[in-house]
Amino acid sequence: MPPVSPETATPAAAPRAGALNRTEARARAARHRRLRVYAARALLLVLVLGAWELLARRKVIDPFNFSMPSKIWDQIVQWTAHGTAQGSLGEQIWYTLSEALIGWCIGVAGGVVLGIVLGRIRFLADVLGPYIKVLNALPRIVLAPVFLIWFGLGPASKVASAVVLVFFPVFFNAFQGAREVDRNLVANARVLGASHRQVTLQVVVPAATSWIFTSLHVSFGFALIGAIVGEYIGATKGIGLLVSTSQATFNSAGVYAAMVILAVVALLAEGLLTFAERRLFRWKADRPDGHG
Amino acid sequence: MNTPPANTPVGKGTNGEPRGGVPPAVELRGASKVFRTPSGTDHVAVKDLHLTVGRGEFVAVVGPTGCGKSTTLTLVSGLEEPTEGEVLVGGEPVTGIRPEVGFVFQQDAVFPWRTVLSNVTAGPRFRGVPKAEARERALDWLGRVGLSAFADRYPHQLSGGQRKRVALAQTFVGDPGILLMDEPFSALDVQTRALMSDELMELWGGGGSSGTAASTAASVVFVTHDLEEAIALADKVVVMTAGPATVKEVFPVRLPRPRKVEAIRLEAEFVEIYREIWSSLGEEVRITRERGAACVA
Repeated sequence: MPPVSPETATPAAAPRAGALNRTEARARAARHRRLRVYAARALLLVLVLGAWELLARRKVIDPFNFSMPSKIWDQIVQWTAHGTAQGSLGEQIWYTLSEALIGWCIGVAGGVVLGIVLGRIRFLADVLGPYIKVLNALPRIVLAPVFLIWFGLGPASKVASAVVLVFFPVFFNAFQGAREVDRNLVANARVLGASHRQVTLQVVVPAATSWIFTSLHVSFGFALIGAIVGEYIGATKGIGLLVSTSQATFNSAGVYAAMVILAVVALLAEGLLTFAERRLFRWKADRPDGHG
Repeated sequence: MNTPPANTPVGKGTNGEPRGGVPPAVELRGASKVFRTPSGTDHVAVKDLHLTVGRGEFVAVVGPTGCGKSTTLTLVSGLEEPTEGEVLVGGEPVTGIRPEVGFVFQQDAVFPWRTVLSNVTAGPRFRGVPKAEARERALDWLGRVGLSAFADRYPHQLSGGQRKRVALAQTFVGDPGILLMDEPFSALDVQTRALMSDELMELWGGGGSSGTAASTAASVVFVTHDLEEAIALADKVVVMTAGPATVKEVFPVRLPRPRKVEAIRLEAEFVEIYREIWSSLGEEVRITRERGAACVA
């Protein structure tokens, strides 16, 4: 047994320990910074809500019109626990969400298919181009009352207004995406023996997906707007109806509570979409400054 | 082989190959290509082009930038049709994309959403080769370009040189009899470029004297603006005029094969050929440059 081993080990280990300390310190600093950001965010929220509550209680702002956070919270709790006038809260959310989802799916499918077809077939694009521009120029939300007349108070009229809101941004993005596919990729595919159809399905569609996905984020918001506005104008169920009945009974807390619920729903949907996008775009570099 | 190579520039339209019963791999007869520019004027890219590529021959095309060299390749590949004249591949007029023609592009043209393996199987799959067979052939070629370990990666995870190797495998897997290459290595750094040139020589396997039968090797048209690269690789260097492009002169390169790109450029014979071709090419480059200056002014 060589007795020197502890002595020789210490000086060798010392610089390593120093380096470890340094990386540890760096990690700790990063952690602290993150915590500070979270703390500041929470503080800001508390400040705003607190100020609102305080001003409303002191009658600086009219509590009847502006309500106050505690009342809004009570309203949400009450809806959750005892249900709303038109059924349970879960049912209302489910109605609105399903209308928005169905409308979104139809609008996206239509927009993508038509966008890619028109992007690939020049003749069709030239023929239909001006009509699509005219339809796009129309403020489409005014169609919601028309749909109400056509499809009645049920979900169909909400789905329809969601579809018209979703279709156009998706269509224009898909069209642009199909038009701006890298010419080299198309030429390469053709030389490798791809038919026109194979070029469309295996080159143009995947190349256009990133264009399409940017529009999907925005357009889900549009689908929700379509469903809500449709419900607001006339419905038997849904969050939009919750807003309109609250408004009709001068229940401002109800209007705000419905807004809060909507925001949460929209955020959750957005998160799901981001997750799906990550899965689908594994072939892309994560960040522009990414390693690779 | 007795003729000293240095002082036999072959005139326009003729070629060093004997005209036997077998038609040449590629033949352009008075081919012209006119593009319509967005502003409505005509742009003549290629004019009255005569060029013959023998079977198993490696032809390098050099010329000033933007003179229409790439257009020549798109005409041979069938991606574009000539406005006038004829383009023949294997004695038949080109009417569309042909399966025996491979094309390596200047820019990255591998599909970014496909893995390396899937990129190499793309060609055979487009042409209806069964999945298992396409995969087997692709894996074989990935091994030959040294990318077996990267089969599951996506192109963005590779270096520029590796992506070029994917492009080469993607083209070679189709076993092309005619290989068109449009400045394939111009985007690479100098060291990688030399390395890739050597690898290309090996993959191509032509040149007769190396023992491989020249008839099995692909006929190559290699467009470049790098004269050194052209001489190091080719059997024949074609000098193009400043645009509209047409053949100015054709120089045979009779350096022995197999060649090592880095070593060969130091040999006296190489330097002599270089000087001779540059005297012809340099003039066109000068014309292009003066024109560019005139355009700016």
